[in-house]
Amino acid sequence: MECVFGLVGNGFAIVVADTSAVHSILVHKSNEDKIMVLDSHKLIAASGEPGDRVQFTEYIQKNVALYQFRNGIPLTTAAAANFTRGELATALRKNPYFVNVLLAGYDKETGPSLYYIDYIATMHKVDKGAFGYGSYFSLSMMDRHYHSGMSVEEAIDLVDKCIMEIRSRLVVAPPNFVIKIVDKDGARQYAWRESVKDAPVPSA
Amino acid sequence: MKCKAMEKEINKWATFLVENELAQLRSNFTDKSAGLAQIKFRLSEQGTNTRKHLKSEIMKLDTSGLESFSTLTAPGDDVVGEFSAPPSFQLPNSNDFDGFVKEAIQMVKPAKGTTTLAFIFKDGVIVAADSRASMGGYIYSVKKIIEINPYMLGTMAGGAADCQFWHRNLGIKCRLHELANKRRISVTGASKLLANILYSYRGMGLSVGTMIAGWDETGPSLYYVDSEGGRLKGTRFSVGSGSPYAYGVLDNGYRYDLSVEEAVELGRRAIYHATFRDGASGGVVSVYHVGPEGWKKWTGDDVGDLHYQYYPVVPSTVEQEMVEATGA
Repeated sequence: MECVFGLVGNGFAIVVADTSAVHSILVHKSNEDKIMVLDSHKLIAASGEPGDRVQFTEYIQKNVALYQFRNGIPLTTAAAANFTRGELATALRKNPYFVNVLLAGYDKETGPSLYYIDYIATMHKVDKGAFGYGSYFSLSMMDRHYHSGMSVEEAIDLVDKCIMEIRSRLVVAPPNFVIKIVDKDGARQYAWRESVKDAPVPSA
Repeated sequence: MKCKAMEKEINKWATFLVENELAQLRSNFTDKSAGLAQIKFRLSEQGTNTRKHLKSEIMKLDTSGLESFSTLTAPGDDVVGEFSAPPSFQLPNSNDFDGFVKEAIQMVKPAKGTTTLAFIFKDGVIVAADSRASMGGYIYSVKKIIEINPYMLGTMAGGAADCQFWHRNLGIKCRLHELANKRRISVTGASKLLANILYSYRGMGLSVGTMIAGWDETGPSLYYVDSEGGRLKGTRFSVGSGSPYAYGVLDNGYRYDLSVEEAVELGRRAIYHATFRDGASGGVVSVYHVGPEGWKKWTGDDVGDLHYQYYPVVPSTVEQEMVEATGA
C-alpha cells in the first residue's frame, strides 16, 4: 500500500512518497510526511511498519548529525547509505527493523546519487528505484521513459505519469503524494500532489 | 564510533553481574529443573542486554518504567554489594515458557473493543469515549479517559491494565520533567516519551491504542500512539473497534470553528452512533474538553437514554387490532 519511488536526474535527485498513515482498513491521516531530511543535502524516504519507520529514520538522522558535530564535516551520501545498511544488517538477526529506505543525496564531488536499501539490508546504488505495491506500476514507467541527465521538468513529468498510473491501477491507491528534491542548493520539499484535502484549519 | 577499551570494561562488568545473578539463582532454587530453566532465561536475557549495552547505538530496552521509586533500601542486601541487580521480574513456573508467552499475547491482541475519539477545534480539544469493557461474555463498565495531569488527557483502547499502568507511568515522568526543568512538558514531548517506551516493548504483547490530548504553549495538540510503536500527530482521530462508525459521523459534522457546546455534542453523537452499531462498545459516553486552563468533564450519558433522546418513540398507527372474541 505504501508507495515510495525516486530517480536521479541532471544534478539532482527526486524522491516521491505517499502520505497516508493506514491501520488495517482505516486511514488515520492523509498528510503524513514520510520523507525525512537527513541533513542539508540528503533525503531519506522510508516505508514499512510505522513505529520502525519513524524510530529508525530519526536514529539515522541523529547519528549523521553526531558525526558532523564530532568531525566538523558532513558525511557523504555513500557513507550515510553504508551506515544505514550496516545498522539494518546488525539488527537483522536480533531485532529486525521492517523499513525499506530510498536514500537520495547530493555531494559536491560526485553529484547526485540514489541508494536503494531493503529491510534485509540489501543495498544498491541506482538511477531509479521503488518500493511497495506502487513499484509494480512506477518501475516499468520509469524504465520506459527514463534517460540519464533528465531536467527537472522532464523528471517531474515522469513522476506525475507514475502517480497517475498508481492512482488509476492500484486498488487501494493512496490519495496524496509528496515530492522532495535534493540538488546543489540543498534538500527541500518540491510539491504535494493531493486529490483529497483535509478540512481546512486556519494557521495560528 | 565504538571504543575498544570501553567495550572491554562493559564486558567485564557484564560478566560480573551475570555471575552474581547465577549465584543468587542457584541459592534460590532447590528444584533443579525450574532453576535451570530460570538460569537459561536469565542468561539469554543477560546476553542480549550485554550485547545491547556494548553496541550502545542499538535501542536499549527501556526498563525505567519498572524501576521501583523506593531505591533507598538498607545496605547489606544479600544481592551484589554496591551494585543493584538489573531490573527484572518474576517468571511463572511453566514447562513451555515460549508457548505461554505466545498464548498471553494472543489473549490480549483482539482486545481493542471500544470506541474513543478526539479532535482539535478552535477552542481546544474534545475527547470522548464509551465505557464498555468485555471479557468473554461478561460486560462491565470502565473509565476510559485517563487524566494524566490537569492539562493532558489520555484515552484507553486495548489492554486496560497496559493503558492504565503506562499512562500513570507517563504522568510520573511528566511530573518529574516539570520538577527538573521548572516548566510543563509539551504534549509532543509527553507523547514521544510514551511512544519510545512502547516501541522498546514491541513484540512482547502490549496492547495499547491511545491518544494523548492536551493544551501546551503551542496551543492544543493531539497525538495517536500505539503499541506497535506508531505515533501520529493530527487533528482528528478515532481508535477502537467502533472507530470506523465514529469517523463517519465525526468527519461529516466537523468544522474548525465549532463552539464548545456544538463540539461536545458532535463527540457525543459520534460515540453514540458507534455504540449503536458496534457490539463491543456501549455503556456511558464521557466527553471531556481540554481548554487553555486544563480539562473539564462535560457529559456522562448512558447510550440507552441517548438513543431515545435522539430517536423518540413515535406512536405508530395500528392497522389491525386484535380484540377479545366476545362470547362463543
